[in-house]
Amino acid sequence: MPRITVTVDGVGYEEEVEPRLLLVHLLRDTLGKTGTPIGCDTTNCGACTVLMDGKSVKSCSVLAVQADGSEITTVEGLSANGVWHPMQRAFHEEHALQCGFCTPGMIIAAIDLVRTDPDPDDATIREGLEGNLCRCTGYCNIVRAVRRGAQEMGVNTP
Amino acid sequence: MTTSTPMGFGRMHRKEDARFIRGRGQYVDDVQLPGMLHGAILRSPHAHARILSVDTSAAEALPGVKAVITGETLAGLGLAWMPTLSKDVQAVLATDKVRFQGQEVAFVVAEDRYIARDALELIEVDYEPLPSVIDARTALAEAAPVIRDDLDGKKDNHIFDWEAGDRAHTEAIFERAEVRVSQDMLYPRVHPAPLETCGALADFDKVTGKLTVWCPTQAPHAHRTLYAMVAGLPEHKIRVISPDIGGGFGGKVGIYPGYVCAIVGSIVTGKPVKWMEDRSENLMSTAFARDYHMTGEIAATQDGRVQAIRVKVLADHGAFNGTAQPTKFPAGFFHVFSGSYDIETAHCEVTGVYSNKAPGGVAYACSFRITEAVYLVERLMDVLAYELGMDPAELRMKNLLRADQFPYTSPTGWEYDSGDYPRTLALAMEMAGYDKLRAEQAERRANGDRRLMGIGLSFFTEAVGAGPRKHMDILGLGMADGAELRVHPTGKAVLRVSCQSQGQGHETTFAQIVAEELGISPDDVDVVHGDTDQTPFGLGTYGSRSTPVSGAAAAMVTRKVRDRAKLVASAMLEVAPDDLEWTKGRWSVKGDPKHGATIQEIALASHGAVELPEGVEGHLDATCVYNPPNLTYPFGAYICVVDVDPDTGQVDVRRFIAVDDCGVRINPMIVEGQIHGGLADGIGMALMQLMAFDEDGNHLGASFMDYLLPTAVECPSWELGETVTPSPHHPIGAKGVGESATVGSPAAVVNAVLDALKPYGIRHADMPLTPSNVWRAIQGRPIRTDLAIT
Repeated sequence: MPRITVTVDGVGYEEEVEPRLLLVHLLRDTLGKTGTPIGCDTTNCGACTVLMDGKSVKSCSVLAVQADGSEITTVEGLSANGVWHPMQRAFHEEHALQCGFCTPGMIIAAIDLVRTDPDPDDATIREGLEGNLCRCTGYCNIVRAVRRGAQEMGVNTP
Repeated sequence: MTTSTPMGFGRMHRKEDARFIRGRGQYVDDVQLPGMLHGAILRSPHAHARILSVDTSAAEALPGVKAVITGETLAGLGLAWMPTLSKDVQAVLATDKVRFQGQEVAFVVAEDRYIARDALELIEVDYEPLPSVIDARTALAEAAPVIRDDLDGKKDNHIFDWEAGDRAHTEAIFERAEVRVSQDMLYPRVHPAPLETCGALADFDKVTGKLTVWCPTQAPHAHRTLYAMVAGLPEHKIRVISPDIGGGFGGKVGIYPGYVCAIVGSIVTGKPVKWMEDRSENLMSTAFARDYHMTGEIAATQDGRVQAIRVKVLADHGAFNGTAQPTKFPAGFFHVFSGSYDIETAHCEVTGVYSNKAPGGVAYACSFRITEAVYLVERLMDVLAYELGMDPAELRMKNLLRADQFPYTSPTGWEYDSGDYPRTLALAMEMAGYDKLRAEQAERRANGDRRLMGIGLSFFTEAVGAGPRKHMDILGLGMADGAELRVHPTGKAVLRVSCQSQGQGHETTFAQIVAEELGISPDDVDVVHGDTDQTPFGLGTYGSRSTPVSGAAAAMVTRKVRDRAKLVASAMLEVAPDDLEWTKGRWSVKGDPKHGATIQEIALASHGAVELPEGVEGHLDATCVYNPPNLTYPFGAYICVVDVDPDTGQVDVRRFIAVDDCGVRINPMIVEGQIHGGLADGIGMALMQLMAFDEDGNHLGASFMDYLLPTAVECPSWELGETVTPSPHHPIGAKGVGESATVGSPAAVVNAVLDALKPYGIRHADMPLTPSNVWRAIQGRPIRTDLAIT
């Protein structure tokens, strides 16, 4: 079996994996990073979104072997020393989550969105999150949270 | 955090968020146990076929496979069939025939999920295809193949006939009515599609004989009782743990074959067995919603006074009647279809039939078929307005029940608790700028603007909080709910409830109820739910019943604790209990407010060395079971504005105004979030969602590639308003609300689209109003979208 090295949320791992193993299952089942869930089988829902070398990917559609040598950030790696990432804080403040199942992927996708557009307007946010389905919130509070998170990221990060 | 926490009701940020935003929730697939195996289900490719043989030898020989379970294995254990929530039976694993595409045929247990899926490919099933029933309208035809030949003497596909209301009176009104309008309409088969699918992790401990099942169930206690009845295990040796649930929406009420298979898999292998379904399996085999073919008629005077409504429904229930509803109501609460209007009489007849489709019916925030009822009456009102040439808002305003008519007994026997409908509709119209919208529409029509504008209304009355145990039970289990409150020596509290959040924020709002009643901070109250070993019995969360039933239980149990605290305080303060008065958080002596004891001081004394009054055992806790005297009847006025491109049929929802009245709002922030989510459901159902079938019974909406859910792009920024008309019989005046928006909004969207299409003379078109269906309607070429027949 191929041997890969991968950094997840700042921790280096060396694993033997079957070539067919999906990245999302490597994260969840092998590494115990269960914060990233699975919502579909056709790459539509985006619940499994993680950052791979800084860019958002749907981890259900990446093979673990393709992640060899890369740096992965999941929602579990966003807060440091107990301080929430501005986007996490904004989701809480704006009530942008209910069941919480889309939330990890949504927060990661939002962070990637802000990377490409630091000050997105509502339409940009809605378009930018089109790859992430939510069944609970009707999106309105998510849009508000992302706008707020973006503003706070702009202020708080270099 | 900058915001302060309210002592009781009010906007309070959620306690649940801290774990969810950091990926530290615990959903069922996150649970891993030592030695855990994985299960996978082989499903039928046919809608209707006889099973001639099942060969599992190659699958069993695959390294890593621990067991292959078939219908035959289960038959040996008496578990091949299980009871449904409608007192029918459902095949766990098929033995004789398969009856819908995607039905469960065999179950593989293996070392990991990949091997389990590999093994499915190695199972050989020999099928003899049979003709199938896909169009419910043909199900009762003489020549229709009999789906349920497993039922003794069953010679047709008929399930039940049910009626409500006064037939004779209704017919008499219709005979002499000035205006009569009839309209066929289909509420198509859709699916709740929670983002987390269903699954279970079963762990049978052979040494203790105890079975533990982790499962995202909305009704953990009911599951425990049913497992005991089905599997013959004693109920105290079954523990159901419903962990964090990634949305339920009614899709996680019943027991699915996969759960039983995981349990049998664990018993057979002696190891924990986890089964998680894929999205396609979820859409194909778990509880669908709706599928009501309705013919509605409305009788009125020439000036628009509605007198009577009658309706005939053909209900497609799929191959097994698994519909979840109180026993006495096979069509749920459909008979609230007279809606929000002062109507003299009404009558409905519902016929349920079997078809070669998955079971279900009641799901997706329907409040037991009220989605269908509200859609029917709100479409009929618009059809009547169309025929009379009247403004639909004016027609509604003319017929709405007035505030002084409550409590109001409806023509089919419901007793609406409270309402002030005209005020609520007026507020929605004011928020929308209704007259200006109509003026804009008239101007655009006069100018020959290609892009069509439509304005749609829906005024709904819900009936939630099932329910009085005298009338309502599920499989004999009365629909009352328990609550237990324990106050620790330092004044911190634990509330244990039988309802089961799937995102509705119960851990926050139920703490707010206790906080309000006990005068402590909600941060000092932990809410425990979902573990049948820890929580009192009750029927769970669906039908928006948590606030009406469990919320009432939480208030009542806290009042019991407060009464106990009063006795302790009287001993502490050396005064008679009657000399004490309650101010939030404290009992004090009447006329001497300085002389008193806080609930925290009383809690310590209850566990301490104070000599307690006669009959007080010590500690500070209480239990209660709340049997509601009636349902609660929230209501709302919704207005939707759409733009329609007649050349492409594309519908854009420009605005959506929703005014909801659910009585007292425990946490307005959470109520608003519930409404937002339900409004998105309404747009999804009205414009894109459909589970269609071809004539062979192939499911054409069995993945997110075809079963479309609204994204952030299709949803507008919702505009919400509120009025507050408390429920007079509820301890804190609160009504349920979670399903209101899903119930009320589809009709507003459809009414808006048809309002836009009015210049084409189109009175009705069925959901979903996808671009192709709208375009076809404009061309005068409507289709049966549910059957994919063009």
